[in-house]
Amino acid sequence: MSTQIPIQEGLFTWPAPSPQLIGSRCLNCGEVTFPAQPSCPACTSDRTEEVLLSRRGTLWTWTIQHFPPPSPPWLGDPKAFEPFGVGYVELPEGVRVEAPLTENDADSLEIGMEMELVVRRFDEDADGNERMTFYFKPAA
Amino acid sequence: MDIAIIGIGLHPFGRHEGVSAMEMGVIAARRALDDAGLSWQDVDIACGGSLQVLQPDTMGKFMGLTGIPFTNLYNGCATGGNLLLSAANAILAGSGDVAIAIGMDKHPRGAFSVGDDLAGIGLGQWYGEVGLAVNPQFFGMKTQRYMHDHGISEDTLHRIAVKAFENGSRNPQAWRRRALSYEEIATSEMVCDPLRKYHFCSPSEGAAAMVVCRADRAARYTTKPIHIRADVFKTRLYGSFEVMHASIPADSRPSPSVQASRSAFEAAGIGPEEIDVAQVQDTEAGHEMMHMAECGFCKDGEQEALVRDGATGIGGRIPINTDGGLLANGEPIGASGLRQVYEVCLQLRGEAGQRQVPGDPSTGFTHVYGFPGVSCATVLSR
Repeated sequence: MSTQIPIQEGLFTWPAPSPQLIGSRCLNCGEVTFPAQPSCPACTSDRTEEVLLSRRGTLWTWTIQHFPPPSPPWLGDPKAFEPFGVGYVELPEGVRVEAPLTENDADSLEIGMEMELVVRRFDEDADGNERMTFYFKPAA
Repeated sequence: MDIAIIGIGLHPFGRHEGVSAMEMGVIAARRALDDAGLSWQDVDIACGGSLQVLQPDTMGKFMGLTGIPFTNLYNGCATGGNLLLSAANAILAGSGDVAIAIGMDKHPRGAFSVGDDLAGIGLGQWYGEVGLAVNPQFFGMKTQRYMHDHGISEDTLHRIAVKAFENGSRNPQAWRRRALSYEEIATSEMVCDPLRKYHFCSPSEGAAAMVVCRADRAARYTTKPIHIRADVFKTRLYGSFEVMHASIPADSRPSPSVQASRSAFEAAGIGPEEIDVAQVQDTEAGHEMMHMAECGFCKDGEQEALVRDGATGIGGRIPINTDGGLLANGEPIGASGLRQVYEVCLQLRGEAGQRQVPGDPSTGFTHVYGFPGVSCATVLSR
């Protein structure tokens, strides 16, 4: 039976019924960054702590990727390519996080709309594990 | 800054089957030296830049191995701006009398790839695996937000592209010399919303070179020196919205293009309203639009009217990207910024032929912007 594993450890809580992105908060200035990093790009401090980010935010900007990304590094299948949405979602922690979107139709995306985090299957590794990654989707 | 450009050389941008980036670099360097009436023997300092050529100083064996310091540098799409700055700074520091900046590149067709190891650019591999390491996504997203914030329509994007290819059609050295209609551009396929195929430049091939010396010695080499009034390089501040950033703060800060342009105009002692001809980084039409404001040529939101009224055309109030820019010339990364300087020099010398800006222009401006948030701005005058 296949196991679901995160595409990279430390990006989001998993397995979890309501997964959250893992960012870092600067212990000096309070600035929040994603993904978590050991130093602060705002104030240069090297003291940060992990923080779980809110699952909901608003769409700050978006686009739709209409051509297969250069591969490598993209691991999708160019022959089965479907356009996909990409956006920055502004979270209450004062950070805008970039992510693929579940929607790829321009008419279904609008700056300012409510979005929520979901974790879905991306691909399968050599051992048959399902590799999971995060997306934002329009909030219900 | 009291440095003058005394020689300019270009290997036209485009597709050049069977000609290597280094061969194009050698041709551009020889043309720049010929233009100054100098030979490689006279060069005290060289700076070379390229994405594709691993170490541009390997071209020394074709130019002549004269033992000079030859610095290799690379700063993404801003490389050309850095090359001129480094050559000028070496002269300012008193390291020699004559310096040359040489940019060259040759890229495969299709969008630029960041390669297979994202650790080399400080990102997790996942970022590329899921398809986020794609420059045009950023161009689309920054343009999308800007149009939303400042009430600009797609009409402006189409008109900017019409102008680029119209200017390219007047430039015998441009890659794309066919003027495109508004209709062709507006209905071309979507690439990354709201940007379409003909809003974008393509990676290309080519080289450019500049020879510089102290301004008070320029008359020895040329009757038409172009003075570098200011040349400023800035990297991003925390908070500016930049390409390939997995997160950005909600409190935004001005881009490195704003920082570099402001500093350059301050150092030059002249303002953007006094510039007669400008070249700004037009990776796509959206960025020409945003860079018009970031470089100080208008306020945010004024672009729609300015572009519609032809203010940025060759006969307009502030002609922008008169040689067709990146859209009509493509982008060989290492050379692109020096092509802009080449074009401004031609314009200020009155040698730009069919695309000559009328009214005897005497001041010019160039601007490059690139990954991962770097910019150079240069103010030039006769």
